[in-house]
Amino acid sequence: MTQAASRSVGDRVVHKAFAPITRHTLALYCGASGDHNPIHVDLDFAKKAGFPDVFTHGMLVMAYLGQSLTDAVRPKDIRAFSTRFAAITQLSARLTCEGHVTELLDHKGEPCMKIALVARDEAGEAKLLGEAIVAR
Amino acid sequence: MVDRSAIGRSFAPVTAHVEPGRLRYFCETIGERSPIYRDAQAARAEGYSAIPVPPTYLFCLEMMDAENPFEFLTELDIDLARVLHGEQGFTYHVPAVVGDTLTFRSRVTDVTEKKGGAMTLIAVVTEVTRQDGVHIADTTRTIVVRNPKATST
Repeated sequence: MTQAASRSVGDRVVHKAFAPITRHTLALYCGASGDHNPIHVDLDFAKKAGFPDVFTHGMLVMAYLGQSLTDAVRPKDIRAFSTRFAAITQLSARLTCEGHVTELLDHKGEPCMKIALVARDEAGEAKLLGEAIVAR
Repeated sequence: MVDRSAIGRSFAPVTAHVEPGRLRYFCETIGERSPIYRDAQAARAEGYSAIPVPPTYLFCLEMMDAENPFEFLTELDIDLARVLHGEQGFTYHVPAVVGDTLTFRSRVTDVTEKKGGAMTLIAVVTEVTRQDGVHIADTTRTIVVRNPKATST
């Protein structure tokens, strides 16, 4: 974990690659997260809902994005973390999470930085677009 | 179909316990290797009273300990198969750690129609308080409902 103090706008502070998402990962995450929506684990249910296959929980991808963030900054410095789920993450996706400092700002009287975050699959398609406010 | 009359609706509060075993399982599942999230001593060295939860875990706690995790959908008469997660946000005031008992209170703050009624966006805000009454976090989520196609005229 490095000190955030020296960071400036444009710095890439977050970068982490993840193993391909398997059906097993989705089954484990179903139990681990309490999100038992069958659309992520039950192929019959997913097909009936109009999808070709089960697909990744958006919150699993957000958990990966959060992990790539807490690898890069002190977890206790994170003030806010948000994402937009831009596209469905398919099975086998190999995700890479990245984050760049976009702004140094005062957040409720505390010096912070804003980090723009993105999770992309191996084709470069953005799946999650997010941002974090982190104390510096 | 959900309409703006749902704004202001609140749901049964959910009380959840931050249990070490479940948290370890979550960390295993997402491949979290940081000692802060796995080792109480490492967490204490960072100034926590116990192992803290990873950034998205508050969302999981609420679902795990809810009597009906999809109450919000059934209450608003929404079919689970038509729901996608649009946005999710967390604002952290105080870290949540193993041993905490947290209460989640959710309410609908906005309902918007998109694409000529093809989709409805529902915004829900959840206030998270600890057993001692301290307000530790707020979460926001936007749920996207894919509406059935209206019969053409």
